[in-house]
Amino acid sequence: MTFELLCFYFFGTVAVVAALSVISVKNSVVAALCLVLTFFSMACVWLLAQAEFLGVALALVYVGAVMVLFLFVVMMLDVDFAPLREGFVRFLPVGMLVAAVMLVEMLMMIGVRSVQAPPGEDPAVLAGMSNMEWLGHTLFREFVLPFEIAAVILTVGLIAAVTLNERKRSHTKLQNPARQVMVKREDRIRLVKMAAEKKGEVAP
Amino acid sequence: MIDAVRESLLAYGNTGLVAWVVLKILVIAVPVIIAVAMFVYWERKVIGWMHVRLGPNQIGPFGLLQAFADVFKLLFKEVIQPSSANKFLFVLAPLIALVPSFAAWSLVPFDAGLVLADVNVGLLLLLALTSLGVYGIILAGWSSNSRYAMLGAMRAAAQTISYEIPMGFALVSVMIMTGSLNLTEIVMAQAGSKGFLDWYWLPLLPMFVIYFISGVAETNRAPFDMAEGESEIVAGFHVEYSGSAFAIFFLAEYANMILIAFLATVLFMGGWLSPLQGWINADVAWVDWIWKGGWQWTFIKAFLFSFFYLWFRATFPRYRYDQIMRLGWKVFIPITIVWVVVAACLKYFGLVTIGA
Repeated sequence: MTFELLCFYFFGTVAVVAALSVISVKNSVVAALCLVLTFFSMACVWLLAQAEFLGVALALVYVGAVMVLFLFVVMMLDVDFAPLREGFVRFLPVGMLVAAVMLVEMLMMIGVRSVQAPPGEDPAVLAGMSNMEWLGHTLFREFVLPFEIAAVILTVGLIAAVTLNERKRSHTKLQNPARQVMVKREDRIRLVKMAAEKKGEVAP
Repeated sequence: MIDAVRESLLAYGNTGLVAWVVLKILVIAVPVIIAVAMFVYWERKVIGWMHVRLGPNQIGPFGLLQAFADVFKLLFKEVIQPSSANKFLFVLAPLIALVPSFAAWSLVPFDAGLVLADVNVGLLLLLALTSLGVYGIILAGWSSNSRYAMLGAMRAAAQTISYEIPMGFALVSVMIMTGSLNLTEIVMAQAGSKGFLDWYWLPLLPMFVIYFISGVAETNRAPFDMAEGESEIVAGFHVEYSGSAFAIFFLAEYANMILIAFLATVLFMGGWLSPLQGWINADVAWVDWIWKGGWQWTFIKAFLFSFFYLWFRATFPRYRYDQIMRLGWKVFIPITIVWVVVAACLKYFGLVTIGA
């Protein structure tokens, strides 16, 4: 057993255990952290498979940004999951059935693909480039249009999310930090020149 | 001598290999820890001078042992756990903060070939590792079960994520210029015959400024130290921590600061390259690193950048939270997006020379 295989089994086991605890632990924050661990172990597995860009991007995007925001929400909401879990045992058979169907579908897909075309040599190695370089060349030369369309769809989603959230709230007081930062001394104080008052003189 | 040590260790097979790697890690990690201790002393001294005070001057010559006295004080203090804290996460949080900040050090090239991990996707890995540090802060805030800690953690996390975006764009522009994510290749792409004008700070000037300011914000340092605004939320996310657990947070923060100083050096200021490169070509023993470049330059430049941290802290008043967010989202991100396009044009039309 090589060291790499040992690492693969280790990361794989951690990923499976963490994924199971995501749905089994009581505390929602701990569950979110287990999801982080799952993502991280999967990133390690991908690194082992020499998909270094995908692995690091997974760690960067999901672990570094998405899950942090997710943790935010979980911490702020303080959801009590106990009532939500009440039907857990009752719905377990249905859940198992769905999971089994999904597993069979996945296995079939992988089986069909492996019968159809066995995965050939790593194209990045064939082209004599690093994984990252090859990905960039392929993405921006052969698949520019799908890539751009995906970007546009994401932008549309972003704009839609912003407009959904943008509603007029009454009784809110806003301050404009831009104007506050730009403020100059002249806007706030006015120096007035006036003659000095002398002692003994009667004020008019 | 280094080769002899390496050969003698590798002779033991796999165990020797592991020992060799651990040795290399220690050669980087131990100086980082000592540098953090001395940097704390230097910070107090510099800020003292800027305030027209003396700074620490009692322990050891010139107060040099002050940092070690502080370390031993922290180590011998009791670690107090709040009664309703989440025990496991409370202990885990400082470690999660520390590990990424030390792991990122393995990617820093100090000289040509003098790097622990010469990774192809180095820049991306660096961004990923620095973004992991925020978990330590969030978990510390949440697990201590205190309102102040929670608010501090929220602020810190929001700030870190926000400033990661302009920071990422700054790194993207460096990547566009170099055409590689390898940090050694990034430094070598700044070599040339025009001295310090060959470095990336000139074509990427706005990016360079934004990178360093974002770095200050990312490490939660003054004037962006919203996470621990003493006047508002007492000390932020680590308010419930004491003794060695607090010391670990402290260590992580300062290790990150020095790391940002080194990265600004490597990415924009030519790393180990000399500012006189190409102007003088003489072979003089011992001093020719001054114009030929060497690890000394990396350390000199990083020292200057870490000095800026102290200078900022002594000079600027703390920002207000909404002003920080405005600076990140409404000022830095638009500028960086425009400059990424400018950098691409500079490269495409061949207006900058890459490499020697």
